[in-house]
Amino acid sequence: MKNCEYQQIDPQALSTPTPTPPPHQGDEPEKKTEPKRPKRKWEVFPGKNRFYCDGRIIVARQSGVLPLTVGLILVTSGLFFIFDCPFLVKHLTSCIPVIGGVLFVFVIITLLQTSFTDPGILPRATPDEAADIEKQIDNTGNTSYRPPPRTKEVLINQQVVKLKYCFTCKMFRPPRTSHCSLCDNCVERFDHHCPWVGNCVGKRNYRFFYTFIVSLSFLTAFIFGCVTTHLALRAQGGKGLVFALQESPGSAVELVICFFSVWSILGLSGFHTYLVASNLTTNEDIKGSWSGKSGEDVTNPYSHKNIFINCCSVLCAPMPPSLIDRRGFLPADESAQTGGTDIELPTLATKSEINVCTQGTKGLLESAALPPLLSTSCPQGKPQTAHPCPDISPAVNSDPSPELSTGCGAHHRASSHRDASPPRHTKTRSKKCKRAALHIPNPAFDAPVSPTSPDTGPGSKGRGHKGASFAPLH
Amino acid sequence: MAETHSLQDMRPQAAVAAKVFIQRDYTNGTVCQFQTKFPSELETRIDKQQFEETVRMLNNLYAEAEKLGSQSYIEGCLACLTAYTVFLCMETHYEKMLKKIAKYIQEQNDKIYAPRGLLLTDPIERGLRVIEVTIFEDRSLTR
Repeated sequence: MKNCEYQQIDPQALSTPTPTPPPHQGDEPEKKTEPKRPKRKWEVFPGKNRFYCDGRIIVARQSGVLPLTVGLILVTSGLFFIFDCPFLVKHLTSCIPVIGGVLFVFVIITLLQTSFTDPGILPRATPDEAADIEKQIDNTGNTSYRPPPRTKEVLINQQVVKLKYCFTCKMFRPPRTSHCSLCDNCVERFDHHCPWVGNCVGKRNYRFFYTFIVSLSFLTAFIFGCVTTHLALRAQGGKGLVFALQESPGSAVELVICFFSVWSILGLSGFHTYLVASNLTTNEDIKGSWSGKSGEDVTNPYSHKNIFINCCSVLCAPMPPSLIDRRGFLPADESAQTGGTDIELPTLATKSEINVCTQGTKGLLESAALPPLLSTSCPQGKPQTAHPCPDISPAVNSDPSPELSTGCGAHHRASSHRDASPPRHTKTRSKKCKRAALHIPNPAFDAPVSPTSPDTGPGSKGRGHKGASFAPLH
Repeated sequence: MAETHSLQDMRPQAAVAAKVFIQRDYTNGTVCQFQTKFPSELETRIDKQQFEETVRMLNNLYAEAEKLGSQSYIEGCLACLTAYTVFLCMETHYEKMLKKIAKYIQEQNDKIYAPRGLLLTDPIERGLRVIEVTIFEDRSLTR
């Protein structure tokens, strides 16, 4: 154990509170909890999240481009109702604003639910649990100079699945759980971190996200169709398109916005419909976890082998509860411990990651200026074992390109991260970048919506080969 | 949470000797199930059958909470039609089951575990990762 590069967790050391005050809030340090105002758990939450309405609303610390998303939807819909609806009601039918209104309400509600709901965050292990796990690892681990591999194999539906140990949360991640570095939380059934909604998409908010993109694609297509009809009707009688545009300038703006968004949003909906039908997450699809990359007979152990049942289990299953209990009160005796834990754990995590690979890879990522692309997949991707870095870095370097085709515009996660200084600049650029990024790497999105595997399968398998090449290094 | 602290308050003289963690059992996928293997630390304190029965009952309750049946499908579809706003007003099936589970655990603690110097912590307080069994060193008990 003396030669191991990790440190054992001593629950006694962790339970002593440190005098450092908590990072958010200007409250007193935990060790002096005032009896008159008991703290709620969200106030000492260790992840990078922000809470509003006394813990009822949770968002990621970086809101990404959520204001842009809301703004675009409001502007486009507003212009539609102001410029197009009066004309179309007069010339066609009054159902049009009704349908538009229903779709608009659906889109806004599901967007807000996706952004403000806990995606399925797993609370970090208590010090006692963490110490227990460390003890188990030591008991079963080897005695060579390398630290024991921080993975555990389980058999799920006759399929071997490797569970990885999360250094930040101090526990073995359940299957399909992934650690999001942007939010610094382990999220169950992690799909991806979506900058457009400013939150992770996971077990609890995937159905909201799916409903959002489907209704948004309907809304965009509907507005596009209505605007085209409107301009066509106005341009009748030889008056010309220019005349029509001059009469209704708002329609021109809508036309541009809808034309550029409809393809990517329809493509995204199609992609996610395929994922829902096969009970896959974006994360698994990109890494090719179940695509039989190494010739083994691997199948998705979570799939029910029936499209209808898969869809129902993803979208209609009972809503799981939030595990982080944001609005619960901290018991007076535990609040000091929690405070100590929150501040101690990150330090220990850094120390225990003397494991050269993780630090080396992290440094590599930061210097490559593409941290967000890889950091979401890398914490589970990069093996927490002591394999020499050269084995991993080529695989890591090959990752950035496949990641660009992530449905939810991973590209502008990078752009928004790269420059902190001109955020507006990146945001206005990001729209065009997104179209380019989505069109170039994945031709499946250009084609008419085809959620079937032949289009996305080979593409993702190809990416999966590269992306998952370091997985068998375990 | 209330039962944890009231029991601890009632026994201020008991010190925590050890904590045993029953981990999750993933052989059936991501559904919430706990391992029924009897931990060796509890051998002197409680009957193996009793303990396994408790864990099995908990597993059944969690399975019922996450069951995909016609009722959950109908609820899911209705929720989708209302843009999921019903989740803001209604208590979900899972939450109802969690309350049932909390009551079951309290009942088990009161009847079986507390007299033996043990305490089960509701897994929801540990993020459904483990069932934490606290072993008290209570010198008044002789086993």
